[in-house]
Parts: sequence; structure tokens; C-alpha cells
Amino acid sequence: MDDLYREIIIEHYKNPSYRGHLDPHDISFADNNPLCGDHIQIDLRVDKDGKVTDARFDGHGCAISQASADLLIESIIGKSVEDVKKLGKQDILDLLGIDLGPVRLKCALLSLKVLKAGVYGLGEASDELVE
Amino acid sequence: MSLDVTSIRKQFPILNREVRPGVKVVYLDSTATSQKPEPVIEAMNDYYRRFNANIHRGVHTLAEEATAAYEQAREKIAKFINAPAAREIIYTRNTTESINLVAYTWARANLKPGDLVILTEMEHHSNLVPWHILAAERGIRLEFIPVTDDGLLDLDAYRLLLSQDPKLVSFTHMSNVLGTITPAQEIIKLAHEAGAITIVDGAQSVPHLKVDVQKLDVDFLAFSAHKMCGPTGIGALYGKANLLEAMPPFMGGGDMIKEVKLRSFRPNSIPAKFEAGTPAIAESVGFGAAVDFLNSIGMENVAAHEHEIIEYALERLEEIPGVKVFGPSADKKGGVASFTFDGVHPHDVAQILDRDGIAVRAGHHCAQPLHEKFGIPATTRASFYLYSTKDEVDALVNGIYNVKKVFG
Ligand SMILES: Cc1ncc(COP(=O)(O)O)c(C=O)c1O
Repeated sequence: MDDLYREIIIEHYKNPSYRGHLDPHDISFADNNPLCGDHIQIDLRVDKDGKVTDARFDGHGCAISQASADLLIESIIGKSVEDVKKLGKQDILDLLGIDLGPVRLKCALLSLKVLKAGVYGLGEASDELVE
Repeated sequence: MSLDVTSIRKQFPILNREVRPGVKVVYLDSTATSQKPEPVIEAMNDYYRRFNANIHRGVHTLAEEATAAYEQAREKIAKFINAPAAREIIYTRNTTESINLVAYTWARANLKPGDLVILTEMEHHSNLVPWHILAAERGIRLEFIPVTDDGLLDLDAYRLLLSQDPKLVSFTHMSNVLGTITPAQEIIKLAHEAGAITIVDGAQSVPHLKVDVQKLDVDFLAFSAHKMCGPTGIGALYGKANLLEAMPPFMGGGDMIKEVKLRSFRPNSIPAKFEAGTPAIAESVGFGAAVDFLNSIGMENVAAHEHEIIEYALERLEEIPGVKVFGPSADKKGGVASFTFDGVHPHDVAQILDRDGIAVRAGHHCAQPLHEKFGIPATTRASFYLYSTKDEVDALVNGIYNVKKVFG
């Protein structure tokens, strides 16, 4: 049997630690996965040295998309924005601890796309951001 | 008469497939595309093995045979929907292309800025976006027949819209999400009384019900072979001959012309006028074989069998705590059950069902506005066809209980 629904994923899906909004925030961005309508918004606070001091996500979608958002937010608090810009597909897979087929990979990468579009100040969360 | 499902299933090789060792496929995704029976697969094989050639123009034996097969299939398709003449059947790639053909030719020749086109809130994107494009280009006005909470079209609201002088009413005969079978004959009659032309999206009705274009008196009917036991890559547009003849051509190229000069052309007569370039020949042969196959079973029997299955499926699904099925009761719908399951996203439901070999679809099923209407981003959809069984419904129900276990 596959381990897509490992306990850690179900746990972060059902009881996320970082779901919510930050007001005020320094960066906020939201986008959808056009295939399935999953939605993620991410708010960030960044200090003057360019370090992420706090972050939250909100949205709806499958367990993979929501759990990976929670894990991603957890992993970036305290990191520099420059390091956030370097994150890629493999970092998300490492956080989830699973391998994914092409369809579910899109779910898993949505939060990273939104995050990177936000820190780069782009208008759209495109696929190139997470290749 | 009830169907001999066991012997029907034997004709669909894929239904015997194991998706993993020991796990047989339970195919509940026929609304997306149906499986293909042996006679359809064989007919296309036979074409490639024995008489593959480009059609028309050629005079050699292979070309003659290929042309005859291509045209014979057209005749079969015409008879299947009771079209008065085979030339009223235009081959397209699918339902989407059929609707676009009307939007790009008839509509661009006949609609002016401000003209009203009536659609419904339960349309597939293929009967929305072509009209959005035309609205942006031409300034036509779009209005929508509302969908009621129980998934039916609000005909009173439709009557009000009809008083605004519509030019076109384009609507689905069966919703691919709710399964709702719409009262097409009545909608068309009212549209005609208001002076409007009608398009029926038959993507879901032609595969599952007896559809008679003369009885409906519909002006255009769009459908896809791949949803009715036939191959992908081919579909059809039925149109009344007088309308098709008056329409400008769609794509330009070979076969669609009578005569070409350096600076001008004269279009061919119908149906060739709308069939530019080398068409899907093997697929037309497969389409014809699919029609033969369905005829050998009888569309009334197909519909009756699916009714029995959906009735059972609704009963079983509704007994699961947390499951909510959308759409009308079984007597008003075809074999489609779209549902949500509390606390679990449809993608996760579908993924966990796949462990048991159960193939369902998750998402908005190309009907995003309809999902918005019901306030849900997505549903899980199980859909049935002539080969579906009550055992498969039971497998689905057991699978949903397994989903519950995973999500605790
Ligand atoms: C109601 C309806 N209309 C149109 C379509 C589009 O069909 P196709 O993708 O074959 O063009 C579908 C297919 O999902 C459908 O269910």
C-alpha cells in the first residue's frame, strides 16, 4: 500500500499549526491550482535584515496541498528571504517524505509557488518557480 | 428487458484488467470517457490492417473502401439519432469542436452586438467558453437558466428570459455533474416560439438515452464518440440541412472546397464543407462500430439498466454518514453521482479509492460555475454505463468507508 497518507500528512491536514492570516504583514500572495481549484494564501512578516519572522497560510484543498503548505510555513520561519527563493520541488518532497506522481505533485507544490511568487513580487504563481 | 451484463462485460477487455496484482479495475468514470468493446477496437484494427488509405479523390481499391467505410459510418450515426439525412452529420473531433463550429460559423454570421444567447448554469466549459469568446469579440449578451437547489433547470425563469428576444438557446441534455436530464423537447419548443435557434450538448445524452433529433426538433446536436463506446478523436455535429447550407465554412483547406483559384475558392456542399483536411478515418470506422454495438443492445435497455444502477447507488451512498450527493432524484437523472464527503477533499477520496482499483474522478468536472453555485470547490464523481454492476457500487461504498479509516 502507498504511504501517501502518512500520519504526518493527515496530522498537518487536520491540525495545521500555521493556518491563519497575519495583519499587518509585509508580503501576501494567493493563487489557485487551475486543475482542481485548490487555493492557497500566504502572509509573511519580514524584518529589516530580510529574515522571515512569522508566516501563515490559509486556503482549501486536498490533504497533500494543505499539509505541504503547513510544513512549508513551519520550515521557513526564521529563514532569510534569499534562502526562501532557493527552495525547490525536492525541498517539498523532503518535507512530505513521499514521492508523488505528476498530478499530485501539482497539489504539493502549490504553496511553494505561491510563496515564491510572493517573495519575488510576481503577479502569478507559475510552474517555472518550482522546477 | 434487463441487460445481460456478464456477457456485455466480456466484450470490454479493459474491465478484466488488474491495476495492481490482485486488484481489478472498478471503472466508475464513464462520464469522462467510456471503455471500448472488442468490436470497436477490432473495426479500427481491421481498417489499418486491410484498407487504410486516404479518402475521396483516390480511385484505387483501398481508397474506395476507406471512403465507403467513412461514409457508411456517417449513415449509421445519422440513423442512430434519427437524422433525416447523413449529410446533416458533420464529423468533428468531439463535442467541444462541434459547439465551437457553430459558434465560429453560424453565430458569427448571425449574431450582432447586444443579441441575447441563453445558456444554463449547469453547462460544461465547452458550452460556456466559446460564448465568452464571442461575447468579448462581438458584444453578444449571455443569460443563464438558473439551476434549482435540487439540480433542475428553473423553467419559469427561462420563460422570463425568452421574453427578451433571444437569438440562440444552447444547453446540455444531461449534466455531467448532477446527471440531470433536462426537458430538452420543451426547452426547444419554447425557444422556437421565441424565434431562437437551439443547440443541444448531447455529450452525455447520446451515449445513454435514445435521442431523436426529429422528435426534439433541435437545430444542432453535439456529441463525442469516446463517451459512447467509440474512439477518442472523433465526434459529430448534427445540424438541420438548411442551416448548415447557409453557414460559412469553418476551417479552410482540402476537401472542403469545390473549386480553388489563386485568389478565391468556392466551398463544397455539406457535409464536406465543414470537414477540411484528412479526417479521423479509422476513428470514423470505430464510431460506426460503436453505434452498431449500442444498437445491438438497444438504447432503451441501456437507459433502463443505468437507471437501476443509479437508483441503487444513490440509496447506498446516502446511507454513509457524511456523504452528500448532488443533483435530482434517480427518476430525473442519468448514471452520475457527484458527492462530497465531510472533512475529506475529493482528490483524497479519489486517491484512496484508487488503492482498491476504483476509478472515479475528482474536481470540478469542467463545470466550475455549477460548483460555485453549490458553494463547493470540487466533488468526487462516480458514473455508470451499460457495463456497470451493483457489485461495483458496493465496492465504491466499501471504498468510502476505507477513506473514513484513513482520515480517522
Ligand atoms: C456535458 C458535456 N459537454 C461537453 C463535454 C465535452 O466533451 P469533449 O471533451 O469530448 O469535447 C463533456 C465531456 O466531459 C460533457 O460531459
